[in-house]
Amino acid sequence: MDTASPKHAKAAEAFLRDEENTDWHNETLWFVRSKRDRAAQSLPEWEQLREQASQIKAHTLSKLDDYLIQLEENARQNGIIVHWAANGDEHNQIVLDIMRKHKATKIVKSKSMLTEECHLNPFLIKEGIEVIDTDLGERIVQLRNEPPSHIVLPAIHLKKKHIGDLFHIHLGTEAGATDPQYLTEAARIHLRQKFLLADVAITGVNFAIAETGGFVVCTNEGNADLGAHLAKVHIACMGIEKVIPQAEHLGVFLRLLARSATGQAVTTYSSHFRKPAPGQEMHLVLVDNGRTRQLASPDFRNSLKCIRCGACMNTCPVYRRSGGHSYHTAVAGPIGSILAPNIDMKEYADLPFASTLCGSCTNVCPVKIDIHQQLYKWRQVLGEAGAVESTKKVGMTGMDVLFSHPWLYRFAGRAGRWFMQKFPSLANKPGLNPWAIHRDMPKPPEQSFRDWYAQQNQKTNG
Amino acid sequence: MNVGLFIPCYVDQFYPNVGIATLRLLESLGVKVVFPMEQTCCGQPMANSGFQSLSAGCDKNFIRNFADCDVVVGPSGSCVLHLKEHLHSDEQPAEATRLRNNVYELCEFLTDVLKVEELPKARFPHRVGLHTSCHGQRGLKLSSMSELVAPKFSKPEHLLNLVDGLDLVPLSQPDECCGFGGTFCVFEEALSSKMGKDRVADHLRHGAEVITGGDMSCLMQLEGVLRRQKSPVRVMHIAEILTSGN
Ligand code: SF4
Repeated sequence: MDTASPKHAKAAEAFLRDEENTDWHNETLWFVRSKRDRAAQSLPEWEQLREQASQIKAHTLSKLDDYLIQLEENARQNGIIVHWAANGDEHNQIVLDIMRKHKATKIVKSKSMLTEECHLNPFLIKEGIEVIDTDLGERIVQLRNEPPSHIVLPAIHLKKKHIGDLFHIHLGTEAGATDPQYLTEAARIHLRQKFLLADVAITGVNFAIAETGGFVVCTNEGNADLGAHLAKVHIACMGIEKVIPQAEHLGVFLRLLARSATGQAVTTYSSHFRKPAPGQEMHLVLVDNGRTRQLASPDFRNSLKCIRCGACMNTCPVYRRSGGHSYHTAVAGPIGSILAPNIDMKEYADLPFASTLCGSCTNVCPVKIDIHQQLYKWRQVLGEAGAVESTKKVGMTGMDVLFSHPWLYRFAGRAGRWFMQKFPSLANKPGLNPWAIHRDMPKPPEQSFRDWYAQQNQKTNG
Repeated sequence: MNVGLFIPCYVDQFYPNVGIATLRLLESLGVKVVFPMEQTCCGQPMANSGFQSLSAGCDKNFIRNFADCDVVVGPSGSCVLHLKEHLHSDEQPAEATRLRNNVYELCEFLTDVLKVEELPKARFPHRVGLHTSCHGQRGLKLSSMSELVAPKFSKPEHLLNLVDGLDLVPLSQPDECCGFGGTFCVFEEALSSKMGKDRVADHLRHGAEVITGGDMSCLMQLEGVLRRQKSPVRVMHIAEILTSGN
């Protein structure tokens, strides 16, 4: 297997070159994290709620097959057409076939990380279909020809000025305009036209309910509802982990989702879909794309509990300073770094290392995924599989030899300190020592602790 | 109680004063301490890089060295956490488990085992910023965490508050990571440095003259930034502050 190239480190370095922008990104996300804290603190039962959510998810995952079959049966009875896709390609083909059947050429889409994961947009566009993302942030990154950089705040890496410039080019707004109200109004008029003309609406699914065969879509802009109600065909796409057993469980998740994501008490629109309206058609596409593989692995199964709130990204000190694109995957940040290697181990071997394992992600996660522990476990899996840079392995083998042999360790320590004392400029040379590019090395002491200790003992005993 | 002093490799080599302060602190509290001379490293650097499998020799050496000790105490949260979670032996599984359950970070040992409520001689009349290290805080639960809805507490803060004249400065982000992260500090150099810089800035903004904490690795990271900035602000391990005035 080829080894991982440190893509994240390189992209982060590039992002960090504009330090002012990095600071702004960092502070903006920290602001969201602080809002989340206030929202969480306002509920004394917060930790119990997390525990409950985690247990409901654990239970669901332990009987995922049963609940999925129940979901399928009930959805069919409601008149929803259910499809199964083993991977992203199958998913995309299913959507295309539905389009073809209806001779449809225009889609309005509400936010769905699953379709990002499957690269649905480029696939459909190649087939001559117009795909319009209708979530404002998504539309912005779509106009820039970029993927979203955050699962809840897709355009969080952009400032008002970028958006003003972008809208000036694409939507004909005044040059240099940065007023959010004005720009939003322009986007709204633009999107209204798209809604009215669309043949098909695609939405994601936040929660699908096995018991009722219905599903819930959460948006702050109401764009999923507009799309789904105006178009003749509604296609809802979901990863198979999105099922929950009963409608009564919804309350737990809806209370956690918005608070964790943005600090709101509840998402503005939590729309329940159960059956197609007269004259309309409703499809539900259930996608595996590696999820059953994740389910089969006790170490990583927990990651399927994720409700995509994005809290782990907002809190992550690495994400905040490197931006979503540095993760080169649809779902960025800590959770993305666990999910991505499961989809393609070689491509994403660098991501579990793009973390200090500080553990903040695990603490904010509303469904209590042991995120940083899974990152640690991935490192071991990748190390075993030979997917870690070979230089690292050589270095670590050397360290093992060093630390298993106390005399060698003592010798190397002495030699190292001697070297640093004699050649401080070499030890601090950025080209030789990456530590020293932005930081100084510690001043080497004359003596190690153990040498001092041995001397003391000699003094007292001898 | 036979207490073994565990001095992590980098503290041994670069910060012997921290080892000396730890030893003196424990002795001043009446604890008899031994330092097994053949100890080296906890194995974290390998494990952190994806090669936990390569730390068997290291683990073996650790177990051999501390076999006679009832408890092991070390002045480094992240090394202690690594031992607690990952010390492993195919040949001596029971011994490995015993040690895992009996290894303490210094502050934890002082507050939970010795139940230290006063440090009569300690005096340090300075404005001090406490860097809360992630592994100690979230891993060993040495203090409450800003993400959780739970009562506030801090073992290191409790100890610092026993020091005469010490003025603990508040921080804007009390538990933000310093960016050291083991080999992360080299493989993600740009990011790691920026995190260190930001962490230092929070302390400086609030007027810290000294930055302290329970993990010398984090403090080495912050010291690296401070020295590059030619800042007069120093880093000191919490053991050094708790023994000052002695
Ligand atoms: S892993 Fe947890 S915190 Fe991160 S997006 Fe998923 S549910 Fe939210």
